[in-house]
Amino acid sequence: MLAAMTLPPATDQVQGPAIHVRGLEKSYKELRVLRGVDLDVERGEVLALLGSNGAGKTTAVRILSTLLKADAGTARVNGFDVAAQAADVRASISLTGQFAAVDEILSGRENLVLVARLRHLKDPGAIADGLLSRFALAEAGGRRVSAYSGGMRRRLDIAMSLIGNPPVVFLDEPTTGLDPEARIEVWQCVKELAEGGTTVLLTTQYLDEAEHLADRIAILHRGRIIVNDTLDGLRRLLPPAKVEYVEKQPSLEDVFLALVGEDREPLPGKE
Amino acid sequence: MDAHFLGDTAVLTGRTMRHVTRSLDTIITTAITPVAIMLMFVYVFGGAIDTGTVSYVDYMLPGILLITIASGISYTALRLFTDMQSGIFERFQSMPIARSGVLWAHVLTSLAANAISLAAVIGVALIAGFRSGAGVAAWLAVAGILVLFTLALTWIAVIPGLTAKSVDGASAFSYPLVFLPFVSSAFVPTGTMPGPVRAFAEHQPVTSIVDTLRALLTEQPVGTGLWTALAWCAAILVAAYVLAGISYRRRIS
Repeated sequence: MLAAMTLPPATDQVQGPAIHVRGLEKSYKELRVLRGVDLDVERGEVLALLGSNGAGKTTAVRILSTLLKADAGTARVNGFDVAAQAADVRASISLTGQFAAVDEILSGRENLVLVARLRHLKDPGAIADGLLSRFALAEAGGRRVSAYSGGMRRRLDIAMSLIGNPPVVFLDEPTTGLDPEARIEVWQCVKELAEGGTTVLLTTQYLDEAEHLADRIAILHRGRIIVNDTLDGLRRLLPPAKVEYVEKQPSLEDVFLALVGEDREPLPGKE
Repeated sequence: MDAHFLGDTAVLTGRTMRHVTRSLDTIITTAITPVAIMLMFVYVFGGAIDTGTVSYVDYMLPGILLITIASGISYTALRLFTDMQSGIFERFQSMPIARSGVLWAHVLTSLAANAISLAAVIGVALIAGFRSGAGVAAWLAVAGILVLFTLALTWIAVIPGLTAKSVDGASAFSYPLVFLPFVSSAFVPTGTMPGPVRAFAEHQPVTSIVDTLRALLTEQPVGTGLWTALAWCAAILVAAYVLAGISYRRRIS
């Protein structure tokens, strides 16, 4: 599995941080969503961007992925300016949006072939087959995506994002709306990406997701990044831990996963 | 990036064409309304309409063809709207491709899908007695005008496809376009209409286009009406293309 991840990145711009943002501002009419965002993400790092609904996480990701223009400030991705070198930025990134952006009418395999052809890669069919088996979709590959479960769609969505091995991947709330098992599958994907050296910027509302996956955690609040640190660093912001004795109850998630079986076979079709 | 414009557009057109071939019902429903209108006019109302020496089905087929295109392009708006909703439009826009290829793929698919629907409608018209002695050059001119009209209406359809907030909004714009031929020379000679209606009918785009198509198919001289028809098509095309471009840039900024 990891072998596929260690391919060289698609572009060779390697100076400076993978993502470098200074003074980013964006307003929708009167509403000032971003009010001067500063953010750096080092190469190979997984950064979780936390924030409540409407905090501007998606706006920031859309600006970084060249889908939206900022009102002020600068942003560089993989060394390229998002405004002046948008095409180079797009060659360096992949975006997995909030909703699985897959073609419902095509089969899973056709979706992957489509992206591989648009990235002008050789042998799109082989790339598609490789990803289908890596994401446990080989059996479902020939079926239309409209028959896929939510978890399968999300896996396909992420698989489509990995085609061409972009050095920077944006995942905008990748596990929203997924059941616990599908969520763990997505986490596994992100971990593999990180092990392969890909820089990941992940937005999430789930704090445990950030704890599980991120090297660093940034919190976006009222249009600014108010903290950006490792989990340990963030913990030091609060008074030292008190020692208390608490009976360890299994969480509902533990019970659910024990009952339905964490290592079940990936479902071949609609659940 | 534009070096890949043709290749990327071809790949993306292949994708949208699959949407058409995998939902053939859209082609059938595109053709079914104009066919129903045609049969009703030919076998119910047509007997009461005086079209001179031209048989009624020959007289009204050009208008039916324009109605076919007007109802066909609503599916283009719908397909584009679905792409916007599903997030796949943004996926394409965030990829290193020729970005405008996404829109052109929808436009080319619209041309292909409408061509199939038009062929189906002409097929039914032949069964209903439509005959034309027009030569190859006249048929090519008819095809050219229909392509130009489809192109113009498709770029109109791109605007709601990009900007609509709901499925209904994405397709409702086509109703007035479908209705426009009824207030033209498409079904009834404009001479029988009351003053203001007649003034509108004679100066709206459909009349000049219908008259030109009819002249070509019935081997009559097209006269200056041809230039009026082409000017209307070109003007609509340019205006819609510019507005679609503005909607598109607003969508990605």
